[in-house]
Amino acid sequence: MTISRTEAAKPPANSLWAVTLATLVKDIRLEWRSKDALNSMLFFSLLVVVIFSFSFDPLAEESRHIVGGLIWVAFLFAAVVALNQTWARELRNQVLDAYRVSPAPANALFLAKALGNFIFVSVLEALMTPLFVIFYNLRVLGPAWQLIPVALLGTWALVVNGTFFAAMSVRTRSRELMLPLLLFPISIPAVLGMVAATTSILTGEDSAHFYIVLLLTYDVVFTTACLALFNMILHAE
Amino acid sequence: MKRLFPILSGLTAILLAYALYLALVVAPTDAQQGEVYRIIYYHVPSAWTAFLLFFINFIASIQYLVSKKASTQAAAKWVVLGIGVVGAVACLLPQVQTLLPAGMRPSAVATTVLLIPLFYFLIGWLFPGDRLDVLAVTTAEVGVVFCTIVLVTGPIWARPVWGIWWAPGDIRLTSTLVLWLIYVSYLVLRRFSNSAQTQMLAAALAVFGALDVPLVYFSIWFFRTQHPQPVIGGGGSMDPRMLHVLLISWMAFLCFAFLVCWSRFRLELLHREVEDAHALESLAGEGVAAKTSLPLNRSPR
Amino acid sequence: MNAIKFLFAAYIATWVIHGVYLGSLVRRFGRLRRELKEVGKGK
Repeated sequence: MTISRTEAAKPPANSLWAVTLATLVKDIRLEWRSKDALNSMLFFSLLVVVIFSFSFDPLAEESRHIVGGLIWVAFLFAAVVALNQTWARELRNQVLDAYRVSPAPANALFLAKALGNFIFVSVLEALMTPLFVIFYNLRVLGPAWQLIPVALLGTWALVVNGTFFAAMSVRTRSRELMLPLLLFPISIPAVLGMVAATTSILTGEDSAHFYIVLLLTYDVVFTTACLALFNMILHAE
Repeated sequence: MKRLFPILSGLTAILLAYALYLALVVAPTDAQQGEVYRIIYYHVPSAWTAFLLFFINFIASIQYLVSKKASTQAAAKWVVLGIGVVGAVACLLPQVQTLLPAGMRPSAVATTVLLIPLFYFLIGWLFPGDRLDVLAVTTAEVGVVFCTIVLVTGPIWARPVWGIWWAPGDIRLTSTLVLWLIYVSYLVLRRFSNSAQTQMLAAALAVFGALDVPLVYFSIWFFRTQHPQPVIGGGGSMDPRMLHVLLISWMAFLCFAFLVCWSRFRLELLHREVEDAHALESLAGEGVAAKTSLPLNRSPR
Repeated sequence: MNAIKFLFAAYIATWVIHGVYLGSLVRRFGRLRRELKEVGKGK
């Protein structure tokens, strides 16, 4: 059987990026059809925004100091909603077992799941930000463009560890409780960075530069750790 | 071995009583804080003991993770040796010495760095194979106990001295709180996990926790520079007589911690013996309801 | 004098926490030894 030149030029079907992309596209397609996770996340965040809006006077100048924390609390809880169902779908139809037996690299599955969650949570953040601006009468006093690296790095920090711990929690009792229990302590420096950076940018009082570097360091360290150890997690019985 | 334990317990009790006497009677009164500062003789030794126990847990977890494959085990040994040698030599270089925080002597830092490979090889030799995991769970649990004491005595000390129970920017107390949270989640994972690989998962979590600690420290450190807050644990140099009492107090608590760890270690070995007995029983089909938590028999606990 | 209350509170709290933990160890030892005897009898 001869192989055409174009076929030979394609990357092998089970290379890291090919599998990652294929799994990612599958997850996004499934999510787009059902919109389960996205709807739950949106509703949850909306509830948090409304409830917290009763806790202080939005016209006061001091509210700008608190809002950074509130926004990230809302996103953190919403992210947990998304993360909890990350692996549930795979378990239901023994897809996870099939994956373990296949020659595809474990990290491809991890990257696909993490990137999928990253996209879902980012979409949520993009949808929720106008609501925050409205409910809390936000005006950004510092360099607003800096909010983008903060959001990207912060979301990845939550999602990369969250996906890893979600895989760890899959074999535990009280799976949905286990994930936040494991995730929140480890995420504290990242959350501190996100909240402090957002507050600095909103109030314009301090530079967010250090926190952005902190988030970048956090992301690099823990992405490496997750990739190094995920193979073991996947094959845990 | 069995007679040694009561003898050591008696000696430790005497040492603790002596340390208490030193702390309450012999140590001089502090010029600013009065008598309340004496909490330091329980607060600080508990903190140092907790950190030591968590450090041992970290070393044991890494060794357990790499022990599964001979290649990773050998590589880890070289890395650890390298860290020790490079770190110790680096402390001799003047460029590195300027980076050290004020008050830390380079020789002290070099000795501390050399302790890393020393602990690694000592623990690997004393606790072969599965005993590494027993050591890990022991040090984690006893470490949490001592860490709880730090977090309870800290605010009790802060209230009369600073008027507040807690300051989020207090770098030492907040870092300790995060460490406590990480290890409580470690213990919860161990208890709730149904996997046959629970031990590996827990070891991975311990490694994540250890990677997190310096990040926690730096994030709070910078937060403090933006929001200056009182330092609750007290800073600066100490009267040598106070330092003397502090070190004796630490020695007493270390002996106490050693005995508690020894007991917990034996408890864990007994626990595994009972589980093995249950497993053998269910394999032999004796008809007794097996209470094992191994995946051999998925009966609810 | 008020400050001394905090000193004693801290020392007492320390030993209460240690006592509770040691008590739980003793209880767990007892339970496991009983279980081991039962498994031994069952054979």
